[in-house]
Amino acid sequence: MTATADSLLLDVHDLHVEFDTPDGTVKAVDGISFGVPAGTALGIVGESGSGKTASALTLMGLTRRDGARVSGAVYFEGRDLLGASEHELRRIRGDQIAMVFQDPLSSLHPFYKVGAQLAEAIHAHRDVSREAARVRAIELLGMVEIPDPRQRVDAYPHELSGGMRQRAMIAMALANEPRLLIADEPTTALDVTVQAQILQLIRRLQRELGMALVLITHDLGVIAETVDGVAVMYAGRIVERGPVRTVFHAPEHPYTWGLLGSIPRLDVARERPLVPIAGRPPSLIAPPSGCSFHPRCPYVRERHRRVDPPLEAVPGDRGHAVACLLPSDQRRALWAELRKGRTPAAARRGAGVEGGEA
Amino acid sequence: MIRYIVRRLLWMVVLLFLVSAITFLIFYALPSADPAVLRAGRQPNTQLIAHIRHQLGLDRPWYVQYWHYIKRLVLHFDFGYSYQNLISVRRQIFERLPATISLTLGAAVLWIVVGMAVGTISAVYRGRLVDRVAMTGALVGISAPVYLLGLVGLYFFANDTGKIHVFPGSGSYTGLTVNPVKWFTSLLLPWIVLATTQAAIYARLLRANLIDTLSEDYIRTARAKGLSEPRVVIVHGVRSAITPVVTAAGLDVGILLGGAILTETVFNIPGVGHLAYESIKNSDLPMIQGTVLLGAFFIILLNLVVDVLYAFIDPRVRYA
Repeated sequence: MTATADSLLLDVHDLHVEFDTPDGTVKAVDGISFGVPAGTALGIVGESGSGKTASALTLMGLTRRDGARVSGAVYFEGRDLLGASEHELRRIRGDQIAMVFQDPLSSLHPFYKVGAQLAEAIHAHRDVSREAARVRAIELLGMVEIPDPRQRVDAYPHELSGGMRQRAMIAMALANEPRLLIADEPTTALDVTVQAQILQLIRRLQRELGMALVLITHDLGVIAETVDGVAVMYAGRIVERGPVRTVFHAPEHPYTWGLLGSIPRLDVARERPLVPIAGRPPSLIAPPSGCSFHPRCPYVRERHRRVDPPLEAVPGDRGHAVACLLPSDQRRALWAELRKGRTPAAARRGAGVEGGEA
Repeated sequence: MIRYIVRRLLWMVVLLFLVSAITFLIFYALPSADPAVLRAGRQPNTQLIAHIRHQLGLDRPWYVQYWHYIKRLVLHFDFGYSYQNLISVRRQIFERLPATISLTLGAAVLWIVVGMAVGTISAVYRGRLVDRVAMTGALVGISAPVYLLGLVGLYFFANDTGKIHVFPGSGSYTGLTVNPVKWFTSLLLPWIVLATTQAAIYARLLRANLIDTLSEDYIRTARAKGLSEPRVVIVHGVRSAITPVVTAAGLDVGILLGGAILTETVFNIPGVGHLAYESIKNSDLPMIQGTVLLGAFFIILLNLVVDVLYAFIDPRVRYA
């Protein structure tokens, strides 16, 4: 996060994505900025409907035909992706930027063999013979640790297990050795036991191939050991951004606290209950006034309903930015209480933070 | 797969027996003109009618008649003789079949190609002007019955009675082996007329299905791979959306092979449909039986073909 702009592989600046629907304009992404240095991994975390997937698809130019209104700037290796022609984007997609999706069964074409789908990805960008593409497909299947790649290359997706299908998807994404891999909830549709294997695979391949990774997930637990930096999204915005250790150990946004409180942890006492975040994700058609998290925030004050907090660096830590109207010292005091396992109300009393009329 | 096909073919025999029995029963249960009287000519006398009745076997109970019919059919593949002119039904049907097959398959090629092209373009440009024009055209095409389109086509374009002399007129059908060029030109207008309504239905069918398919996750994957848009739409989209088109095409071709009655009648094409129409008018039971069995045979056969094709279209389909 400290890299300068010109060393960034991917540089997203003030990205807005809007869709017109019969019910009104959906602000799926409402001004987000982040950068990914080459070879590093960024996790984007948030609930469903927070704009994670819309951001990723927009980077690839895949929201264009859905009638998305896009503004802001996205640079990949210095090239402007938002202004690029469909033809230029097509040459980048699957070659320099590749994507892995959530559900491998529905994301693979049911009528074609896995090997054919891999070969197609190769042929889309490389002028190689059919035999060479097949050899490469087998090699890729081996690389993602699919046993018997020589047999599996002729299997149809429905003949593979869920974990295997996702491995095949990853192999397909890596076919042309992309510089950036975007993985959109790659483990959500899989069995818990398989999730860890897939994450491990993604992490290993990211390091071995030296590619950058954007890992999108709703599960903070998924990314802890996989990424370098984290951006937490809420209602189409980034509300907290920083190195993964900082976001895990010294988070400053109440929403991040909520996310951390709703995942099971092994390092705290077992009697501590999991705390779900109250309320529901906000409407993206008519987002709340002021801070968009205020209807669900246990520490809300009158002013928060009117003032929209900008994403600002945390005092004393330039790599860590938070969009919250609470003063930094109060945030730290609240987190210190919360991590002892206190409830939000108890934390407020313990930290001596007034307000919270909700 | 082979076992499955054999089982289905055996079922087909059973079904054809049932169809023949039902046709027989309907013929006797419902009031129809007396074939013997129709056969006797303009000045029939009782004696002549009785003679004809005996000659045709009509003086025996219906189940005896049916038994004889089935025996000849199974042992000799003999469909009997027309009440009208005592010509072999089998011979007449086989004489008429090439015209019906020519008409049906030619039209099928035309409607499938046109229907799929229009449906694909409409789905890709849905909501835009091309789509609206195409779908309005399709609605008109679906609403216009074949006999209306046929007569209008002849009125404007027939080279004998039409306003502009473009296509050969009614009754110009020539066999393929007789004169291939005339065969082709004589069938052009019938093909277009028969294909118009069908193409409209197929265009709508494929459009609806392709729109659904194009929102599938694997289409997004195909785009994310950097494939060209035509490849995404055709290789990934149409390939998946084609199943209902195959189903419909199988049924439609099956029905039409048993006789494209309206088209054959309007254009006076000597096909099986025309034959069926004439035989019903003349209460010509053996001929009715023959054409009904032929129609049923084609419908059942094409159903089987469709089911087998599914397995080739979709690798997830397996028969045992």
